[in-house]
Amino acid sequence: MRTIALRQALREAMEEEMRIDSSVFLMGEEVAQYNGAYKVSQGMLTEFGPKRIVDTPISELGFAAIGVGAAMNNTKPIIEFMTWNFAELAIDQIVNHAAKIVSMSGGQFSCPIVFRGPNGSAGQLAAQHSQAFENWYANVPGLKVISTINPYDAKGLLKSAIRDADPVVFMESETAYGDLGEVPEETYLIPIGKASIKKEGTDVTIVSYNKMMKVAMDAATELAKENINAEVIDLRTIRPLDWQTIVESVKKTNRLVIVEEQWPFGSISSEITYRTQKEAFDFLDAPIRRICSADANMHYAHNLVAGYLPDVPKTVKLVKEVMYMKK
Amino acid sequence: MHSQFGKEIYLYWYETMLLLRKFEEKAGQLYGMQKIRGFCHLYIGQEAVAVGTISALRDDDNMITAYRDHALAIAKGIPAKECMAELYGKATGCTKGKGGSMHFFSKEKRFFGGHGIVGAQIGLGAGIAFAEQYQGTDRVTICYFGDGAARQGMLHEVMNMAVLWQLPVVFVCENNHYAMGTSVVRTSKVLDIYRLADAYDMPGDSVDGMSCEEVHKGVERAVRRAREGGGPTFLEIKTYRFRGHSMSDPAKYRTKEELEEYKEKDPINTTLSTIMANNWATQEEIEQINEKVRLEVEESVKFAEESPFPDDDELYKDIYMDANYPFITD
Repeated sequence: MRTIALRQALREAMEEEMRIDSSVFLMGEEVAQYNGAYKVSQGMLTEFGPKRIVDTPISELGFAAIGVGAAMNNTKPIIEFMTWNFAELAIDQIVNHAAKIVSMSGGQFSCPIVFRGPNGSAGQLAAQHSQAFENWYANVPGLKVISTINPYDAKGLLKSAIRDADPVVFMESETAYGDLGEVPEETYLIPIGKASIKKEGTDVTIVSYNKMMKVAMDAATELAKENINAEVIDLRTIRPLDWQTIVESVKKTNRLVIVEEQWPFGSISSEITYRTQKEAFDFLDAPIRRICSADANMHYAHNLVAGYLPDVPKTVKLVKEVMYMKK
Repeated sequence: MHSQFGKEIYLYWYETMLLLRKFEEKAGQLYGMQKIRGFCHLYIGQEAVAVGTISALRDDDNMITAYRDHALAIAKGIPAKECMAELYGKATGCTKGKGGSMHFFSKEKRFFGGHGIVGAQIGLGAGIAFAEQYQGTDRVTICYFGDGAARQGMLHEVMNMAVLWQLPVVFVCENNHYAMGTSVVRTSKVLDIYRLADAYDMPGDSVDGMSCEEVHKGVERAVRRAREGGGPTFLEIKTYRFRGHSMSDPAKYRTKEELEEYKEKDPINTTLSTIMANNWATQEEIEQINEKVRLEVEESVKFAEESPFPDDDELYKDIYMDANYPFITD
C-alpha cells in the first residue's frame, strides 16, 4: 500500500468530497493563496478556485459565524482554524450556535459544518499556543468531536465528518502533519464514533488519542521488552465515545491506563474512568490511572515542556504500577 | 397626505401592525398570568420596522434577527397561533416548544431565527447570504440587530467581510435607543450608528423607523442593491419600544416625556390617519379589520391553550440530525 503524510490524507479527504458535492467549500486564514498555514490545503485553490477555497481576514468569530449561517442554508462549509487556540475567539459560534441550531429550530434547520485544525502542543510554543481542547467541545450536546493523527483514520473520518448532517469538531496536530501512514488509493469511509484497537494485548489496556497515541504505542513497545503485552486503543472519535470497545478490552486485561494531552480536571480520562468503573467494576484488578498534561500552563523552557507533557517513561512507570510490579 | 404608496399597501401595513401589536399585548398579559414563562421581549412600538421591511421584500428572501423576534416572525408569515403556542411551550409551536420566545424559526418561511446572543446573528445573516451567493440565487438576506449589538466585535468583523465579498445582505440596526437599560449615548461616541459602515466602505443610511413609508423606501433601496450584485447596505432604523427591554424591566431609565413623544408617532395611528384621509377605507371596514385581528389573536390563544405539551421523549430529539446518536443517560 502507498504511504502518505497526514496533511495529504486530510487534503485528499476534502478534495474527494468537494469533487462529489458542490455544496462543500473550505474557508479560513491562509487556506487559498498561501496554500494553508501547514500546507494541508496545498493546491486546492488551483483545482477548486477562489469561490470554494476562501481566504479570510483574521476574524475567527466572524468567519465561523459565516460558516454556521451558510451551513443553515444548504451548503456544507469546512472552517479551518489555524489552531484550536485561535478558535477560542469563535467558541460562541461553535457552542452557542452550531451545536444548538437543530434544537432551537425544533429540527427544521440543520448545521452540517466541519470545524478543523491542529490542536495541542507543538514544541516550545508557551501558554497560548499549546492547549488541547477536546474535553471542552466533547461536553457539548449537538457537537461531534474527532481527534486523530493516524493518516488512514484521519482521511476516512474527515470524509465522514464532511458528509455528516451535524456539526463536527475535527482536531489534528501541527507536529504530526508530516507523519507518514499507509492509506489506500481507493476511496473509503471510517464511521464516526468507533475506536480502533491499534495493538492487541492481554495484560493492560492503554487508551489514548491524537498525538499521545505515539506515546502509548512507544510505551507498549517498551513494555513488550519486559514481557508486558499491552492492548492499545485509539479513540479516534471523542464524542460520541466508544466506551464499549474500552470496556470489552478491560474485561480482558483487567487494567486500564489512559494517556492524553488534556488538563486533568474534567478530562476525557475522567469520563472514561467513570464509564469503566460503572460498566466493568468487577473486572478491575487495579485502580484506573491516567497521565494528562500538567495541571498548569505550558511554559517555554524545554525542560518545563518535557515536564508538562505525558511521555513514554511516565506511561511505562504507570503501567507497571497498575500491574503491581516493582521498579 | 399624498403618498407614493397606494391603498393596498397601507391596508396591509395597518392590519399587520395591528396584529403584531395585539399579539404582543396579549403575550404581555399572558406573561403576567404566568401562562408564558422564560424571557419575553415585546416589539410594541417598533412595528413599522417589521411591516415596512416585509412590504419591500420578496417572499423567498431570508430573514434573521435577535431575541425580540415575535413580530418579525409573524410578519414573515409564521401563523400567529404557532407563535402563541410556542410561547406556551406547546408541541404545536413554531419550534415544537423547544425554542420559546427567543427562538422562533420557520424553514418554510425562510425565517432563520430568533437568536439569543447579542450580535451573534450578524455573522449568521452574512453566512446565509454567503450561501445564496455561493448557490447563485438572487435572494437577499435581511439581518436585524439592535443598537446594543452594534457595539459587539462581530459587527465589525462581518461588515468587513460582507463588503469584501459583496454579500447580498442588508444589515438592519433597529436602534430603539436603549441596550437593555443603557442609553445609546452611554455606549459610544458614535451615535449615528450607520456611520460605522463608512469604515468598511459600505453604503449606510439612517431611516425613520416610526414611518412605514420611510422603512419601506430604505429597505427597498438596499434590497435592490443587494439583489443586483451591489453588495451589502447598513441601515440604521431609528425606532422606539414602548415597553421595557423584557417583562421584568419597568424602564425607569427613560422619561415619560420621551416615551410620550414617541407614542405621538405611533405608526399604527399615523397609518390609520393616512388611510382615512385618503378615503381608502370606511370606518366600518376598519372595524372589520380590527375585529379580524382581535379574532386571530383570540384564536391563537385558544389554539395554544388546547395544544399538548411536547411528549417527554422529545428531550433527546432534535439534538442531532443523527437519529441514532448514543446519548449518555446515566
